[in-house]
Formats: sequence, C-alpha cells, structure tokens
Amino acid sequence: MAIKDKLSGNEAVAIAMRQIDPDVVAAFPITPSTEVPQYFSQFVANGQVHTEFVAVESEHSAMSACIGAEAAGARTMTATSSQGLALMWEMLYIAASLHLPIVMSVINRALSGPINIHNDHSDSMGARDSGWIQLYCEDNQEAYDNLIQAVRIAEHKDVQLPVMVCFDGFITSHAVENIELIEDEKVKAFVGEYKPGYHLLNKDNPIALGPLDMPAFYFEHKRAQAECMQNAKKVIMEVAQEFEKLTGRKYGFFEEYRMDDAEVAVVVLNSTAGTAKTVVNELRDQGIKAGLIKPRVFRPFPFEEIGKALSGLKAVAVMDKAESFSTAGGPLFAEIRSAMFDYAKDTKAINYIYGLGGRDVRADEIKLVYQDLIDIARTGQVKSTFNYLGIRE
Amino acid sequence: MIKVFERPKSLTDKPFHYCPGCTHGIVHRLVAEVMDELNIRERTVGVAPVGCAVFAYEYFNCDMQEAAHGRAPAVATGIKRVLPDCVVFTYQGDGDLAAIGTAEIVHAATRGENITTVFINNAIYGMTGGQMAPTTLIGQVTATTPYGRDKDRAGYPVRMSEMLATLEGSAYIERVSVHDIKHITQAKKAVKKAFETQLAGKGFSMVEVLSTCPTNWGMTPAEALKWLETNMIPYYPLGVKKEVE
Ligand SMILES: Cc1ncc(C[n+]2csc(CCOP(=O)(O)OP(=O)(O)O)c2C)c(N)n1
Ligand code: SF4
Repeated sequence: MAIKDKLSGNEAVAIAMRQIDPDVVAAFPITPSTEVPQYFSQFVANGQVHTEFVAVESEHSAMSACIGAEAAGARTMTATSSQGLALMWEMLYIAASLHLPIVMSVINRALSGPINIHNDHSDSMGARDSGWIQLYCEDNQEAYDNLIQAVRIAEHKDVQLPVMVCFDGFITSHAVENIELIEDEKVKAFVGEYKPGYHLLNKDNPIALGPLDMPAFYFEHKRAQAECMQNAKKVIMEVAQEFEKLTGRKYGFFEEYRMDDAEVAVVVLNSTAGTAKTVVNELRDQGIKAGLIKPRVFRPFPFEEIGKALSGLKAVAVMDKAESFSTAGGPLFAEIRSAMFDYAKDTKAINYIYGLGGRDVRADEIKLVYQDLIDIARTGQVKSTFNYLGIRE
Repeated sequence: MIKVFERPKSLTDKPFHYCPGCTHGIVHRLVAEVMDELNIRERTVGVAPVGCAVFAYEYFNCDMQEAAHGRAPAVATGIKRVLPDCVVFTYQGDGDLAAIGTAEIVHAATRGENITTVFINNAIYGMTGGQMAPTTLIGQVTATTPYGRDKDRAGYPVRMSEMLATLEGSAYIERVSVHDIKHITQAKKAVKKAFETQLAGKGFSMVEVLSTCPTNWGMTPAEALKWLETNMIPYYPLGVKKEVE
C-alpha cells in the first residue's frame, strides 16, 4: 500500500535518498537545496542509513568527492543549487566522461549576478552540455519519483552516466503538498544492489581513471559518451514502465496535457506547467483547443518524439525560465524549434522568456501567451517571435 | 550642547538586518569607527562576502563590491593592484573564509597582498541555517551534526589565524573577541592596527573576531556571549599571532 503523506520537495527527495541508502553523500549547503543534505545528515546521525556522509568545504570538492567515491565503486548522491552547481562545472564534465553514475538533485535557482536566491532554470540549463542526463519535475511527487528512477537509469550498463533531477527552488522545494511514498523495501528492491561497471582496486581489472587523452582517441571517447546518451532514451522508457507497474504513475519523455485535438500549445518545464494546466482547462471550457507539453527529459533530448508531438498544431509557444543571451530565444526554444524544423514545419513557434530570478508568473500572464497563439492560429501571422513575459520594459 | 556620541560617518543610516544579539553589528561599527579615525573613508573599498554579511554594502558608507562565496580576497587583490593608494578590506564569515574560500585567503596571504581582512568566526554557517562549519567545535550541535560534531566523522575545527601566521606574506594577524566591553575595546585596537599595517604597506593583515550566532546556536544573546567566552576562547586563544615590524 502506498503511503500518503504531506511533504515539501526537499523532504521528499531526502526520504527517497534514505530509502535508496546510498554508500556516499558529499555535499555543501546552498539555498534552496540545503535542506536535502541537512535532513539526510539526520538520517545518518540516527543510524537510519549506512551512508558515509561528508560535509565538504565547497561544491567543487563535493562533486570531486562524489567522483572519487563512485570511482571506488560506491553508489553516490548529492544535491545543490545555482552557484553550487556553477562551482561544480569542471567536475560535472569529468563525472560524465568517466561514466560515473552519480545522482544529484538540482534545486533550480537563478545564477549570480546579480545575486538572487529565487527560482529560474539558468543553473541547470547552463549544465545541459556537460554530459549529464537531465530530468525535470513539476512537483514534489515527480521529484521523488524521478530521483528513484534516476538511480536505475544512471547505473544501467548501457548508460553509465550521471543524472541530475531538477525541480523548482522554493516553489517545489519548500511548498508542502500531498505525496504518495513507496514502501522502503519496494524502493530498495526497485533500485537493487549497486554493481559498478568498473571500479578502482578490482583485482580482475586494474584500471587508471581519467588519463590524458590525446587527439588520437579523445574524439572516439566523446562519441562513445554520446552513444550512452542515445542508449539512455531506451532505458529511461524501460525504467518508467517498470516504475508504472510498481506505482501506477506514468512517466515518459514529456507529459502531454489535453493535446489530443489541440491547435495551440505551450511547452514549459517544471512547476509553471501546473499553473499553465489550469489555464488550459479554462480555455477548454471556452471551447478553445489548447494543450500543453511538459518536457521531463531534456538530456537526452527527445528530438523526434517532441517534434512529432507538435506536428499538426497551428501555433506553439515555448516558455523558457532561462536567458541564453543568444538574442534568438531561450535554450528550450532553440531545441524545440530545431526539432520542429524536421517534424512540425508548418507549426508556427514563438518564445517567451519568463520568471527570471523568481519573478512570479500568474495564470493571467500565461493566458496572454495563449491569446498570442490564438491570434497566430487565426491570422497565420507571427508578430514577434522572441518575447519576454511579465517584465517592465 | 556637546555631542559625545554619534553614528560613525563610515556607516550608512540603514538599520542592520542582523538577528537580535548578533555580533556582526558590533564588528561593523568597529570597522566604521576605525575608518573614521584614520580618515580613510573616501579612499576605502570594501569587499562583501556571501553569508549573513552579504548586505555589508548597504551598511558601510564607502564603495563596496560583492564577491561570490569565498572569493573576496581574490577580488580584493584585483582592486588593490589597480588602486594601490586605496585601502581595501574584505569582511568574511567562517564559511566564506575557512571553507569555500580557503584557497583565496591562503594565497592572498602567501602573496603578501597589502589588504586587510575582517574575519567573523561564529563557528557555524549562519545564513544557510546553521550547518557545521570547519570552525564548529567538537561536540557542538548544528543542523548537520544533531548530536554534536564528532571528530572521527568530521575532523577538527580549523584555527585560521595560527595557520595564516605561518605564512611569510602575513604581516599582522590577531584573534580578538567581542563578548564584553573590554574585549570589544581590544578588538577595535586590533582592527585599527590591521588597517595601519596596510597603510604602512607592510603586507597582508587579518583580524579574526570570535562572534556569536544566537539564532543558530539556539541561545539567547546573553547565553551566546557566555558560550563564546567559555567554549570558543579556550580552543581559539586570543592574541597577536603574527606581527612584522
Ligand atoms: C558556491 C556557493 N555555495 C554555497 C553557497 C551558500 N551559502 C551562502 S552563505 C553560506 C555560509 C555562510 O556562512 P559564514 O561564511 O560562516 O557566514 P555567516 O552567515 O555565519 O555570517 C553558504 C554555504 C553560496 N552562496 N555559493
Ligand atoms: S543567523 Fe546568526 S550570524 Fe546570521 S544574522 Fe542571525 S545571529 Fe547573526
């Protein structure tokens, strides 16, 4: 029987970590992810987990310690936000290239400067090319479910890549909502025992990790890394199916909300999808064929699947909670539009950058976005492709 | 009527946001009084940390720059190298200076950078809600050490002043406390000496101030002052650790 509870996102992922009982957690506090290692350190102090918990002196060291631990054959987890993720940058690429299946919660927060502790996606979007798998979550339930699935995805022998599970700072991390937890034994059985693909001091297979790689082989190694990312697509779906059997909760590359006969749709990550769904319902009540797509998997990017899901629509707005400074829209828009070039050429696409530094986005603002789409669908004309929502100009 | 007491010119009118009984406010005032007395406000640049003193730029009435967590000594180095006639100081907590920014402070001292650091040691990460810092005492309860810091798991508290005093580039290092009037007076002398060291071009100077965090220590302000005196001073002995003539 599932356990019904009321928890914040941070509590939920800390409980998932207790149930997973990793061998090592190395972390440094940063708002709004601080509570995750903090709750977890209490499980350690109470002897509820067998984990070696290391309170290191910075995130650079946190990820370095995770790399060392995972290389030594230990299931390893951590959590961070914003500047902490930024300080890990160097190590993120190394963790991925060494095929170390570390699992990390990234509680999304704006990057400095100016200094700001509130939610947007500039931190994890900046890490999108680091070689980590990225899963995005709308609420505490998804954060909990994705963290448990992340362990299986990361450690799968065809993948062997680190995973970050991203959810919105404060909005999801601190707000308390209803949640269904899985029993401890079932989580343990689901993630299984960790059997590292390779590790240090394995007498049958002595190895050196992370040696110099010159032009003769570096390229092939990067190609192999991309292959693992490709494999991850299949594994993510397999793990999701198994998870659905366990819990009844369905996961895919993205969620399609009222998309069946939709003519206009918004594509948006994380908690804002919850707000946007209420707008979709309202528009549907008025007879407007509105829908929504909420990507869950951003790395690997479900290029074909999302492209096809958008074909046949009249107009799509991609909402980005991160600025790329390309002057050609946010990071999500760039990728969605590129997929649409192959699969949904006739669908008009516009971009809205919104909510930077934690600026609230309200249902009436999202309505304006849909109104734009409705106008485009009616006239066939796009007045402005690159837009900002809820800003003083 | 004769005015016998006023707000230092080097502090703005902005009320401090610090918790009741927090000693950050006392140390801000000491630094400002010294800036007034040395008449250096117009040519001083301060570098603010990340930590509870993140708003220091609102309080010090001189030019201020905000640094990323731990990077203040490196930022200050850049400022001082370009503006050698200016007085440059950093104001940092123990998470900022003794955890994430250890490399920056060690190497600023190693290079003998002619800057001054005011180091607030309150034995905890205040701003993030009271987690164990490298300076947390053995047995001290924090959010990440609910049964007290255990040396076998988390090692020993670091004595930054003693460590930095071993470096040739350090010109003046002193540890002080602000738990009573007598010690506050001594602390001010040390801060003044540190700025004078910089004005004389002697090299790196730092004053470590033993401070309280009543909020995260879970004490009243008065209990916190007492706790500092009875627990911190024995482990972190006060006094001059290094002084070059
Ligand atoms: C790279 C990075 N990691 C973590 C943080 C989160 N953080 C903000 S303040 C702080 C600790 C501050 O403690 P301390 O320097 O002792 O100052 P206090 O608040 O006690 O005055 C931490 C870990 C951050 N801002 N940047
Ligand atoms: S949390 Fe602690 S250090 Fe920060 S202002 Fe409050 S008492 Fe001072």
